[in-house]
Amino acid sequence: MSESKVHFFSSEPLVALLGNPNCGKTALFNLLTGSRQKVANYSGVTVERKEGRLTLESGKNIRILDLPGAYSLYPRSLDEKVTCNVLLGRAEGEKRPDLVICVLSAMNLRRNLRLVLAAKRLGLPCIVVLNMLDIAKRQGLQIDTAALSGELGLPVLTSIGIQSDGADEIKQFLANLDWRNLDGLRTGTSDATLENVASHIAHTETDNIQVQRILQNLKLDQIIPDQLSDRLDAVLLHPVLGPIILVALLFCIFQAVFSWATVPMDLIKSSVEYLGMHIGALLPDTWLRSLLINGILAGLGGVVIFLPQILILFFFILLLEESGYLPRAAYLLDRVMGSVGLSGRSFIPLLSSFACAIPGIMATRSISNARDRMVTILIAPMMTCSARLPVYALLISAFIPEQKLWAGIDLQGLVLFLLYLAGILGAMVVAWILKRFTSAQFKMNALMMELPSYHLPRLGNLAISLWQRAEIFLRRVGGIILLMTIGLWVLSSFPFPPEGATGSPIQYSFAGMIGQALTHVFSPIGFNWQISIALVPGMAAREVVVSSLATVYALSSSSIDASEALIPLISSGWSLATALSLLAWFVFAPQCLSTIAAVKRETGGWKIPVIMLSYLFGLAYLASFITYRLAIFLGLG
Amino acid sequence: MHLDQVDVNAAYRVCAIDAPKGAPQIKGQLEDIGFLPGEQVTVLRKGLLGKGPYMVRVGASTFALRKSEARMIAVESASHV
Repeated sequence: MSESKVHFFSSEPLVALLGNPNCGKTALFNLLTGSRQKVANYSGVTVERKEGRLTLESGKNIRILDLPGAYSLYPRSLDEKVTCNVLLGRAEGEKRPDLVICVLSAMNLRRNLRLVLAAKRLGLPCIVVLNMLDIAKRQGLQIDTAALSGELGLPVLTSIGIQSDGADEIKQFLANLDWRNLDGLRTGTSDATLENVASHIAHTETDNIQVQRILQNLKLDQIIPDQLSDRLDAVLLHPVLGPIILVALLFCIFQAVFSWATVPMDLIKSSVEYLGMHIGALLPDTWLRSLLINGILAGLGGVVIFLPQILILFFFILLLEESGYLPRAAYLLDRVMGSVGLSGRSFIPLLSSFACAIPGIMATRSISNARDRMVTILIAPMMTCSARLPVYALLISAFIPEQKLWAGIDLQGLVLFLLYLAGILGAMVVAWILKRFTSAQFKMNALMMELPSYHLPRLGNLAISLWQRAEIFLRRVGGIILLMTIGLWVLSSFPFPPEGATGSPIQYSFAGMIGQALTHVFSPIGFNWQISIALVPGMAAREVVVSSLATVYALSSSSIDASEALIPLISSGWSLATALSLLAWFVFAPQCLSTIAAVKRETGGWKIPVIMLSYLFGLAYLASFITYRLAIFLGLG
Repeated sequence: MHLDQVDVNAAYRVCAIDAPKGAPQIKGQLEDIGFLPGEQVTVLRKGLLGKGPYMVRVGASTFALRKSEARMIAVESASHV
């Protein structure tokens, strides 16, 4: 039985922006709607949906939808499929647009015009906007908009996406439009259908001929190369210099992520503690106080603390993306990634995962090949995220002696570097194995990635995108992560310890019982019961393990310097083999439920998260087992 | 002649796309991004030791292609036309 849904749409007209990737469509969208944007997903698919609101001079409000970029209206990727479905009025929960604005890059008319011809066949009212006119003029390109309008049979407006008044002509046109009767802008029949293979092939040929004719009539069939981009590429894509510049750039970004973030992170940490102290003083010592402070506040604080790092990393990624360098970084890395069966496109999500796997997994949306996307999601948690750092820092300072090796290299620093390297190598091996086991039809993975001209990034666009990233992250923290934090608090707090109990309360809780049971599983890899218990609440976020260990060892959990108080305890209580085994565990273990939740959301099912959970657990266990046994064999037990 | 055999920085024209039997959809994909008969095409770089990825200018846009993708694009020297 099928259920029919009735959707109610607001009466405001819906205008869709359609264009090729890299035609400056999003900059134009930002100009039209400013900060009045809503970012969500299209119903049922993980394609980002951006809608904004524009108030016209007449006071009328219109909704503007920034459709995913498309090269043609014959869908080949998830993004293009959404674009086609929306335009045909077939997307679930979406109203068919009242007007389509075709955004063209004046720099690339031949490819962009083919999309206009396809859009005309949809039978929707349609206008054309010639964007990036400033760059075209600077390069000596004269475009006769009146003649172009005559050729296409549609109004042609102009815009400059990077100038604050660059969209005024469009606003003026929309204000003067009679929204009740747009038939004058309609060119085809309104009962258009999706192109099938045969009609698409036929259209490709005729459209190409028509575009050639239009360009000839307008005397625009000369190709003017972008000399500035070519000169920059001579250095940035140089076979030797290019990779060196890329590595230097990444090094600087990492330095910035970790050094600039310390101040805001300390600030968040101390405000969470301050808040906890004050709420604690107000409430009686009951389970409610414990839930608020030890559960919700500590748990959410532990995740929000990574916001500064995530924002700084995203600032740089967006900066590189806006400037046009990011696809070139992917170009430079394509051979390395190709050797393990991935493409250069996987580079950006994996880079983000060094701050936190959640934004990294969200960034895999830009990978069009479904298999590549799955593999990238599966290996993303192996990139050393910053939540592992407090655990690494605790174990390294407790067990690795502070000594200088040759050439002034610090032993502790070297161990930290090796832990990062172990994660990267593990990820490459897993990707390589997955490449061998996925079916042959997927082996042909395409690159076909556009390298757009370089642009100076605009701060306004950066700020809007950065704000949207932060909003998505915080919304997730407030939703699923909040629920899990409360769940883990319940596990660690109930049941209460019996009268006259001597150990720490967590020992008698559900988490304690699970931990005791886990000791049987973990003793072959050298974990004692204290570690096993601490791993349970540590599922909320890896760094929570440090404070949980403090709790298990009956230190005051509100102690600010839990790790400093822990160092002498564990360095005398644990063997070096146990410590090394725990380090190996944290390189691979799926020790973060938030990541699993993000994977479930992005892949739309439980299959991939379950595969991820089990293979990472197996890998971590194996790595710890080998490390522990080897260390004992070497006499470090 | 195919795009993996051409000289760097010389102008050619696209003749046809010879997609492999196992992946006919690649033809349409290449056409959509601009590899259409008659279009001007230049290989700007061939990557380290010529192994790719290739940086190819087609029409007014620039794309990164793998060597296996470049091999599917049949071209002729632009001076023939």
